[in-house]
Amino acid sequence: MAIVFERPKSLTNVTTHYCPGCTHGIIHRLIAEVMDELDIAGKTIGIAPVGCSVFAYNYFNCDMVQAAHGRAPAVATGLKRALPDQVIFSYQGDGDLASIGTAEIVHAAHRGENITVIFVNNAIYGMTGGQMAPTSLLEQKTTTSPYGRQEAQTGKPIRMSEMLATLDSTALISRVSVHNAANVLKAKKMIKQAFIAQQKGLGFSMVEVLSTCPTNWGLSPIEALKWLEGNMIPYYPLKDFKVPEEVK
Amino acid sequence: MAEKILMKGNEALAEAAVAAGCRYFFGYPITPQNEVPEYMSKRLPELKGTFVQAESEVAAINMVYGAASAGVRCMTSSSSPGISLKQEGISYMVGSQLPCVVVNMMRGGPGLGTIQPSQGDYFQATKGGGHGDYKLLVLAPSSIQEMVNLTMEAFDLAEKYRNPVMILGDGMLGQMMEPVIIEPKEPALYDKSWATTGTEGKRKPNVVNSLFIQAEECEKHNINLQEKFLQMEQNEVRYETLYEDAEYFLVGYGTTARIMRTVVNMARAQGLSVGLIRPITLFPFPHVAFDRVASHAKGFLVVEMSAGQMVEDVRLAVNGRQPVAFHGRTGGMAPEPKHILAELIKLMGEVK
Repeated sequence: MAIVFERPKSLTNVTTHYCPGCTHGIIHRLIAEVMDELDIAGKTIGIAPVGCSVFAYNYFNCDMVQAAHGRAPAVATGLKRALPDQVIFSYQGDGDLASIGTAEIVHAAHRGENITVIFVNNAIYGMTGGQMAPTSLLEQKTTTSPYGRQEAQTGKPIRMSEMLATLDSTALISRVSVHNAANVLKAKKMIKQAFIAQQKGLGFSMVEVLSTCPTNWGLSPIEALKWLEGNMIPYYPLKDFKVPEEVK
Repeated sequence: MAEKILMKGNEALAEAAVAAGCRYFFGYPITPQNEVPEYMSKRLPELKGTFVQAESEVAAINMVYGAASAGVRCMTSSSSPGISLKQEGISYMVGSQLPCVVVNMMRGGPGLGTIQPSQGDYFQATKGGGHGDYKLLVLAPSSIQEMVNLTMEAFDLAEKYRNPVMILGDGMLGQMMEPVIIEPKEPALYDKSWATTGTEGKRKPNVVNSLFIQAEECEKHNINLQEKFLQMEQNEVRYETLYEDAEYFLVGYGTTARIMRTVVNMARAQGLSVGLIRPITLFPFPHVAFDRVASHAKGFLVVEMSAGQMVEDVRLAVNGRQPVAFHGRTGGMAPEPKHILAELIKLMGEVK
């Protein structure tokens, strides 16, 4: 009998720690499928952040490095400079990349480091228990914005893809989502193009993936997918900001 | 045989790193160590190595973390305020058991302080510096040639123990010029099977990591680390003693020890029985140097370009057997021989 569905070889055979309904698992799977399809697991080194995906080093079946909070792009820089022929990707959440690690992500992009960044944006700090992130939406209630995020005190949410796309050194910047099947497929296509961009030496690539946090949003998994579509996408439009012709 | 050449401390240190096989440098400008990154930015491309001027010291040490994960010889250098910024990354490197060399050409603090030489970072260098229970091997050269030799050795020691090694110099050592011989040598071969270089389908994945979320696991990890620090204490103590049969000893490291050599000569010309103990490794601290003179020594005068930091380790080493006096200058000022001699004579008077 033909096997029609199985675990990608680039994922380890373990149960993840992610909450029910969290979309980290989907995003992990997409990266692993891409690693399988490009046959690069043996030459890939992934970088796990601090945040919900800190244990990513247990889930990807390739060499992994755990980085300090926000520093993954700097760690990736050191790895890529030492191993220019290997594939280096960082996997970072929005607290990691859009708050504490803004200097590192901006300057890895500004240098045009030939690395791939998977930026998982769920508009909240998950691992620490649902605090406000720079990406939290206005009026969004979190444990540190119990009255809802107020512009007067905290400004408006930061759009990292738009910001990084302004840097001339970036090669590929795209925002995708995993809230339904069609978008999951689009997300995979863009993740694959980002890895190909690195393999072709085109420079810095980042795919921002809108993701859910049912636990800290206080919603059921299905409600969370709807909340993402109805609230996040209007503020964080799904868009290919920059995609080089060579990977299309 | 390499020829003897006149070099500035910072440049000699950089060339020594190259001679030891370092091909990856990540740094950020800060006075008084700018000649290190400047030299590397010119030298490393000649050798197909990599120089990256990072956006911050925080980023620089994390680039070192990445390169060290790949198993290559790499380093960063900075001066006091910049070293404070690197502490997070240094703690992670110890936790993840990654080798690297970190250079601190100390300047006066606290805060922005001054660009003049200081030894105010002794506590930070020898007692951990960042968060968690850990130590760095800390090497304190007192001449440019010694800085060359210790820098070359530092790369071997870092790999031997899979731990960062710090070269603790100061603005004086970085900026002064002396004749040096730099003899390139093949790096010692240490096991790098832990490095994350890509499995190539031939082995199980390697993970570089300092997270041990279960307390039992984290304690086991800490016990292993402490075992390494104990090994360093057993194997790596280095110091120099002048006139071991003397009754009184000046104690100092780095630039201060240079000044104290003059004082030893001045004192002995006056017929005083004075020697010098100069720690070369600040961690591990050379307790043995004090044990060796315990039966005949009458007192110690510790001199530092700080308000008194190493003096605490000297007091632990002397353990109440003899009086330990202190003389220090701060804020970028260097102690003067005549003042040190006066303090020494005062100590002698108090003992008698």
